[in-house]
Amino acid sequence: MTPVLELNGVAFAYPDGHQALFGVDLHVHPGERVAMLGPNGAGKTTLVLHLNGILSSESGHGEGSVAVSGLPVTRKNLLEIRRRVGVVFQDPDDQLFMGSVRADVAFGPANLGLKGAALDKRVMDALEQVGMADYADRPPHHLSFGQRRRVAVATVLAMEPEILVLDEPSSNLDPASRRELADILRGLDVTLMMVTHDLPYALELCPRAVVLSSGRVVADGRTFDILTDEHLMSAHRLELPWGFDPRTISIDSLPG
Amino acid sequence: MGAGHGHRLHFHGHSPVHRAPAHLKILALLAFVLVVVATPREWYLAYAGYLAVLVVVIGVSRVPFLYLLPRMVIEVPFLVFAALIPFVAEGPRVDVPLVGGWELSLSESGLVAAWGLAAKGTLGVLASLTLAATTEPSAVLRGLQRLHLPELLVQIMGFMVRYLDVVSADLGRMITAMRSRGVDPRSPRHWPALARTLGALFVRSYERGERVHLAMLARGYDGTLPDHASPGVHR
Repeated sequence: MTPVLELNGVAFAYPDGHQALFGVDLHVHPGERVAMLGPNGAGKTTLVLHLNGILSSESGHGEGSVAVSGLPVTRKNLLEIRRRVGVVFQDPDDQLFMGSVRADVAFGPANLGLKGAALDKRVMDALEQVGMADYADRPPHHLSFGQRRRVAVATVLAMEPEILVLDEPSSNLDPASRRELADILRGLDVTLMMVTHDLPYALELCPRAVVLSSGRVVADGRTFDILTDEHLMSAHRLELPWGFDPRTISIDSLPG
Repeated sequence: MGAGHGHRLHFHGHSPVHRAPAHLKILALLAFVLVVVATPREWYLAYAGYLAVLVVVIGVSRVPFLYLLPRMVIEVPFLVFAALIPFVAEGPRVDVPLVGGWELSLSESGLVAAWGLAAKGTLGVLASLTLAATTEPSAVLRGLQRLHLPELLVQIMGFMVRYLDVVSADLGRMITAMRSRGVDPRSPRHWPALARTLGALFVRSYERGERVHLAMLARGYDGTLPDHASPGVHR
């Protein structure tokens, strides 16, 4: 089976000489939900920007290769790569810039050439999936933060991506919005990768976790095993919130 | 986030002026301003006529004058400059008697120039404020689109409208943070700190611009917006 994501020896240094990635190998298969964990400055964002070709060995000092469902990330494939890889950025205000929720969700598919009724259907389907269909004609900046985060997810779903990449999906959400987003993400029929510091959220949603530290993958396995490996956790500045112990959670309630 | 609802210049209403097509209003404003600027300064009656036209339009739009008046402070720097001209201009001078036996010597041509600057500026600002008060920013953008202003300029203005609230909320938070640490933004002693805040705001906005661009690229943006919409424009 062709992996959705295939990274081989991806290394990258920014133009100022700062080396962010030192040879990352990673395979993600269809239908998987993977959490990308790591301390601040581990290179997580740099890695995410490689997945849809915003950064690449062509754009900086890098090596290695990225392929999405077998299609290599190169300049001539960029539009198709960006359709296949949907990235939801951390700040919804960066992602929502049109005058209405509908226009914002339509932005991506319209760039892919969709028009008319097909475009409308795509937009409403995506909004339906995140439970925001009733807000289609509202200006995004009048919505609550949790609603804006959900619309941001819809903007990417509307492109019917093969993999959804979320940067810190639970940040700045109140507990109810956080849970609602988890329900939405669990219900999506799409491969998912989320970059997060919210370890209980990773355990709740993702059967598999990858730990990135200092630009290298230092662990890749079951989220439960990684979160309970105290030596690994402390070696890479990962800490569970106070009072949270994965071992006290019943196995049946864990995903996968 | 404290993103404001609506816009500070717009006065909600349903008058004929509000309902008129935006592109016609923009053309009317442009024509009005051009005519005012081209009128010789000495035609004092003509200026009274222009003011009367504006007053009628504002009256029809039912926007209260007290709503427009405080918003005219934007003109103050020009008025200050205009007030200086009679003191520094050359040519024949007139003496204005003041209380207490003093006399003020002013330049005649300077007085006329100051009058011209103040009158033209005030009429232009008042007319523009009337447009802004009766037309939603998004409608102005659509009007400009219909007038075939280059697409890129409309896009840039659209992003400006969209992010004005975000950036001013950013500034508000930064000033609140400064206040909490004992800075009084009104005191000149703290102006250097305020200036650095503005610099930081510029950098933050610039970086946000880059992130927005990344988010657009991630959704297949290739330099042209899809033709169904522009940022900030809702219909």
